[in-house]
Amino acid sequence: MSSPVAHVDAHEHAVHRDYGGAKIGMWLFLFTEIILFGGLFILYSAYRSKYPHEFHDAGSELNWVMGVINTVVLLTSSLSMALSITAVQKGNRRLSMLLLAVTVTLGAVFLTVKYFEWMVKIHHGLYPNGPELLKRPPGEMLFFGLYFTMTGLHGLHVIAGMVVLSIMLVLLARGRIRQDDYIKLENAGLYWHLVDVIWIFLLPLFYLAA
Amino acid sequence: MSMAAIATHAERSFLEAGDRKGLLGWILSTDHKRIAILYLFSMLSFFLVGMTIGVLMRLEQLTMGPTIMQPQMYNAMFTLHGVIMIFLFVIPGLPASFGNFFLPILIGAKDVAFPRLNLLSWYFFIIGAVLAVTSLFTGGGPPDTGWTFYAPYSIRTGTNVSLAVFAAFVLGFSSILTGLNFVTTIHRLRAPGMTLHRMPLFAWSLYATGWVQILATPIIAITLMLVLLERVFGIGVFDPAKGGDPVLYQHLFWIYSHPAVYIMILPAMGAITEIIPTFAHRTIFGYRFIAYSSVAIAALGSLVWAHHMFTSGISDMASLVFSLLTFLVAIPSAIKVFNWVSTLYKGSIDLQPPMLYALSFIFLFCIGGLTGVMQGALAVNVHVHDTYFIVGHFHYVMFGGTGFGFFAALLYWFPKMFGKMYNRRVATVAWFPLFIGFNVLYFTMLVLGWEGMPRRYYDHLPQYHTLHVVATVGSWFLVSGILILLGNFVVALFRGEKAEMNPWGGITLEWTIPSPPPVENFEEVPTITQSPYHFNPVVRR
Amino acid sequence: MNQLAIEEEHGHVVPYATFVTVWAILLVLTMILTLVSKVFHEALSVWAMLIITPLKAGLVFYYFMHLKFEGPLLKAMVFVALSTLVVFIGMLFLDSSIQ
Repeated sequence: MSSPVAHVDAHEHAVHRDYGGAKIGMWLFLFTEIILFGGLFILYSAYRSKYPHEFHDAGSELNWVMGVINTVVLLTSSLSMALSITAVQKGNRRLSMLLLAVTVTLGAVFLTVKYFEWMVKIHHGLYPNGPELLKRPPGEMLFFGLYFTMTGLHGLHVIAGMVVLSIMLVLLARGRIRQDDYIKLENAGLYWHLVDVIWIFLLPLFYLAA
Repeated sequence: MSMAAIATHAERSFLEAGDRKGLLGWILSTDHKRIAILYLFSMLSFFLVGMTIGVLMRLEQLTMGPTIMQPQMYNAMFTLHGVIMIFLFVIPGLPASFGNFFLPILIGAKDVAFPRLNLLSWYFFIIGAVLAVTSLFTGGGPPDTGWTFYAPYSIRTGTNVSLAVFAAFVLGFSSILTGLNFVTTIHRLRAPGMTLHRMPLFAWSLYATGWVQILATPIIAITLMLVLLERVFGIGVFDPAKGGDPVLYQHLFWIYSHPAVYIMILPAMGAITEIIPTFAHRTIFGYRFIAYSSVAIAALGSLVWAHHMFTSGISDMASLVFSLLTFLVAIPSAIKVFNWVSTLYKGSIDLQPPMLYALSFIFLFCIGGLTGVMQGALAVNVHVHDTYFIVGHFHYVMFGGTGFGFFAALLYWFPKMFGKMYNRRVATVAWFPLFIGFNVLYFTMLVLGWEGMPRRYYDHLPQYHTLHVVATVGSWFLVSGILILLGNFVVALFRGEKAEMNPWGGITLEWTIPSPPPVENFEEVPTITQSPYHFNPVVRR
Repeated sequence: MNQLAIEEEHGHVVPYATFVTVWAILLVLTMILTLVSKVFHEALSVWAMLIITPLKAGLVFYYFMHLKFEGPLLKAMVFVALSTLVVFIGMLFLDSSIQ
């Protein structure tokens, strides 16, 4: 791995460029996200083992088709993200920007599907402290409590990812991300892929539980 | 810019130089040394607030029945005392102050890996602190749950738990960023020739601590977020009425909060490991054992959390496993104590103030550690859980340990950081009321707890009265010692003698640069060819 | 800067085709997982989930997130982080009172 490179900028301070270090730092941050969602997975697994039937029943109320569609959407967005990095590595800035734009768009598609899913449930009173949910057995209340919490937190991360990727798009356009300096894009990509990985786990937990 | 101008720029101390003048030059600076001092001053301020609350709590226990406050206020007081001391002082602790200042210098670097993230971590610290203070005066008033925020009470209480847990959530980011920065710094920025096994042991301790900060803190983040969601939306995860399990809250809470105590103690142990060789004029005994034991403590310490829950109704299997692991985690700590004492053997001991406090650390930490092992025994735990025995134990480790370690580090590194020497006799004099008061206060608590006095109780039965009075008087001596010690530093800032480059005769890298250091630390990045504590007979200048 | 120089400075460039292949495999795995859980009984679908889901995540880590081409340090760090989570879950389940 290349060692840190220092060069002097206009302010006469060594400007520290360390590709390897930036990557390590990003992965360390991703670990915190993994553990953050991990805590929720811990809760899910504990309650799933406590209320297997209720989780099964409640799971059947979720639209698995929407879940699978969203999975395909995010997997494809990961593809376009990865491709955009190869493109910038090969010096193809236009392609990279296009692929990045596709990624952001797919993120928006994901959120749209999610929004409609949530609205259907909320409309039917199946949300925390909602009238219909309060009539259900405790295990089902927990299922939906966890559903909204976990997909909600995930959704927030999708939004954050889209904001970051949009910023990367601007930086690409301005030449601040280039063939010889694209670590920001790579790191943003890592974040986006993690958002995809989390959804990979959310799919079977909630949508295929029935 | 000419070479001469660059040289002049490099030689000015970091206290004077800076991109901007005045306050902005400090709160916008990404210089690790300035950030360290920002942390130091803010942390010590919060420490004094927390200390005052502690004094007030002890005053309340001076008589049976109400003394100076009502029960609700007492509940708020012990909650605040815990929240402030733990989240605003002990957890940021040595990493945020001395780690930030000295890690780059100790490994021969010019700054940490991510200087701007470093400044951001301080901003999170201040924002979190402001939010915590705001929770005192808004909503339903200061939280009364204890710093542990146990469900279901934390869900149901009308006090401003929501803002308080959100504050702790924000503070978690500060800790995470510090850990992330240090781990990366140690991997990427060591000077040429500084292999991991030539790295000073304070750096090793910061490395192990950094991993715990990264991997454990997110758990408390999600747990507190869930308390917030529970209070606002009623999701049900900790609410028995909705099928939730309060014991699961405890599990999640302690999965972080136990490793958190290793975040607190490991860097303090690291600082002690720097101080002892310097004042014993001998190389550290068992370098690798100390280095690896830091990692072992971090790893094993992440596996013992349920020893806080032995009486909460967890299964027998869990109790047995966690008890065994709790005993095991004492071993690497004991290895360190053995190595420190062995370093002293046949050394040429110079009882300067840093050494005095470092030796106190060893003594007090041993008492704290031993009482911890006692609590790890299931049969004992049933009797002492939630008594003053626990309170005594954790004050011995967190205060006698980390607190004294912090003081020792400050006494050691103050001249380097500020270029001024404090009055050493006053620092030594302060030790007497500090050390004696500490033991009078906290050893008495061990006895009180052993005899059955419950913790977090506003009032006490007559049979405990005498010991409570004794403890409170001890607290007055303790506080006087602290005020003398800290006041001495404040005086030194304004009127202290100019400190030399190496007042103690230390041989790690920080003693090879000016006091205070220049902005870029080293004029030339050093090349390392030997281990960090290679003492030849050194003449102290 | 030519390809070799890029790779020396910044590591390996993954061909477009590799990513597309991995993506296709991920889609197939998703279909299998869905099929199994919808068509077959509980036990089999739990196994499918326990095997296929980590496999999908692994592919994303290894290829999309470039882990396959990273050095041993980064791989070790990822291992430590994931193991930590696994250990937390495992040790939590020692406490049967939560079930």
